Amino acid sequence: MRPAVLPTEELMGSGHLACQGCGATQAMRFALKALGPKTALVIPACCWSVIDGSFPHSCIDLPIYHTAFETAGVVASGVKAGLEMRGDTETTVMAWAGDGGTFDIGIQSLSGAAERNEDIIYVCYDNEAYMNTGIQRSSSTPIGAWTTTTPVTNFKKRPKKNMIEIMAAHAIPYIATCSTAWPHDIFEKFRKAREIKGTRYIQILAPCPTGWKLPPELSVEVARRAVTSRVYPILEITENGSKLSVWKDFEPSPVAEYLSMQGRFRHLEEGEMAGIADEVERNWERLLARERMLAAIPGLEG
Amino acid sequence: MKKVIMGNHAVSYGVRASEAKVISAYPITPQTHVVELLSEMCANGEIDAKFIKVESEHSAMAAVIGASAAGSRAFTATSSQGLLLMHEMLHWAVGGRLPIVLANVNRAVGPPWSIWTDQNDSLSQRDVGWIQLYCESNQETQDTIPIAFRVAEATQLPVMLVLDAFFLSHTYEIVDLLEAERVREFLPPYEPTIRLDTADPHSFGNLADPGYYMELRYMIHQAHTEAIGVIEKSQEDFGDLFGRRYGLVEPYMCDDAETIIVTSGTVASTTRAVIDELRGEGTKIGSLKIRLVRPFPFEAVYEALSGAKRVIVIDRNISFGLHGIFFQEIKSALYGRLDIPVHGFIAGLGGRDITPKVVREIADKGLAGTDLERDINWIGVKT
Repeated sequence: MRPAVLPTEELMGSGHLACQGCGATQAMRFALKALGPKTALVIPACCWSVIDGSFPHSCIDLPIYHTAFETAGVVASGVKAGLEMRGDTETTVMAWAGDGGTFDIGIQSLSGAAERNEDIIYVCYDNEAYMNTGIQRSSSTPIGAWTTTTPVTNFKKRPKKNMIEIMAAHAIPYIATCSTAWPHDIFEKFRKAREIKGTRYIQILAPCPTGWKLPPELSVEVARRAVTSRVYPILEITENGSKLSVWKDFEPSPVAEYLSMQGRFRHLEEGEMAGIADEVERNWERLLARERMLAAIPGLEG
Repeated sequence: MKKVIMGNHAVSYGVRASEAKVISAYPITPQTHVVELLSEMCANGEIDAKFIKVESEHSAMAAVIGASAAGSRAFTATSSQGLLLMHEMLHWAVGGRLPIVLANVNRAVGPPWSIWTDQNDSLSQRDVGWIQLYCESNQETQDTIPIAFRVAEATQLPVMLVLDAFFLSHTYEIVDLLEAERVREFLPPYEPTIRLDTADPHSFGNLADPGYYMELRYMIHQAHTEAIGVIEKSQEDFGDLFGRRYGLVEPYMCDDAETIIVTSGTVASTTRAVIDELRGEGTKIGSLKIRLVRPFPFEAVYEALSGAKRVIVIDRNISFGLHGIFFQEIKSALYGRLDIPVHGFIAGLGGRDITPKVVREIADKGLAGTDLERDINWIGVKT
């Protein structure tokens, strides 16, 4: 990925309430560097409801509206409309939700906002479970993972919901995935998203050392291995869902290594790990096939 | 300008005159005409507002919460199951101190499915913290919209106005339409003291530990207490400008009445006709319409009932396992101050018509004071 120079200005202060090594906190910091001070945030129930700080404190120097779990997409729609009716067409409105608030309880209002093509940026920081309530499985939890509601004796047997394909089906102008291991990529994608009108969906892999049973100092490394093992592809979907571009310019690493770094997969036997690796390979091939297929269809400008 | 319009359109014209800036709604019978006309008005430029067509009532309330937080005057309308689906966000609007106005067309709750009127939808939201105003006619419905916005913006509390399904929503009456230019004198454009603003950033609704939460709740309660005066003053000012006067409660022939029938909504007009009939027979009887339900106007209720020897309450609602809801409120308003019998009657659930004959039956039973259950008497139940 091309290096970018990150601005030294911070819109997020150091007095936040996150755990050590929290990917969600890194994600917010890099996103805000790109979006700048003309930004308003909507945050539903998620880790960030706490990370922001307890009343009367906030660690972010931007207007924030904290809202109910399932409403990030629609409250952001309302905020955008409300600002525009006051004559403010410049402020970027960003909904910032976890995977539970996006993949599960929040999918209805996100889908509604995307179908209307609301002029908002919707971000899902994806830590692959309900981390704020104590590590319960979400539909973003990957197959094989332990959580407090998928104990090792009955670990998650269903694959992670493919939220990217669901969002692509909405034909919105911009969709991207990022990983906290590449701050420059996050910065560039948010810069790009800021300039686009309509609904933009960005999903950031944000490791949760507590929930993934991972030493905090490995948070960035595991975010890197998720991508290089091709478990978490980095991609962009543009032209209203009709163009896909997958990042492939990295040295592949074994899936088993990624899984073995984390306590949440510790119970898996070798055969089970191999099964997951096979599935990762099939998903990767399917993704590349999709990329080739879409490339073969004339684009919007064609 | 006078026009013959249905109650639902009276709401739409009230919203147009109040110059709401963001409207959001989801269709539900019998509310749909309200937002159909508003979406037409938005489309043809009759009103300078954005209409967010959402995918559920929960989202309708969430959308106006966002718009109101951003500093725009915001409106939505619903009914029955829709209001119940909004329930969580109704709390959010109160806790966020957002001056949203909601019109609820009173409709019975399922199952079984019923599209007809009763008050269990709105009254089950009684303790959420919204101001609630119950309307009796299409004129009152239209006029209550700007009153609701003015009260909401002065108190930073959301306001729900309530009208009966079909008896108002689909019934045509002559309404003297409000014009935005004249309403502006009564309701100037909304200018919040605090809002989502990148020039003055604040975090709204974030975590409050036990050291703060209770104080914030106390402030909401205080705002309700103060709202009574704000509502009275707003209604007075509205009356001075437009000649139509509304009370917190509206007494009819109560001055020398020994018996007073308490009602709300459209039952109030039916009851007045029966009062006239009973007065013609020499019965010293009057009626009291409750317009404001939250904050409950205890003093006004006490004052209106203080000369009576007996009170009859007609409830188009039921708190299962206890009494009618208005009955409870009236008893609590009189407790320790006026030791007179209060008789509760449940009638008209699920849109069953409360005709003059029904009101007469209730009045006769109440006047006789015999053969009554202590506090709850069901009228017209087929056994």
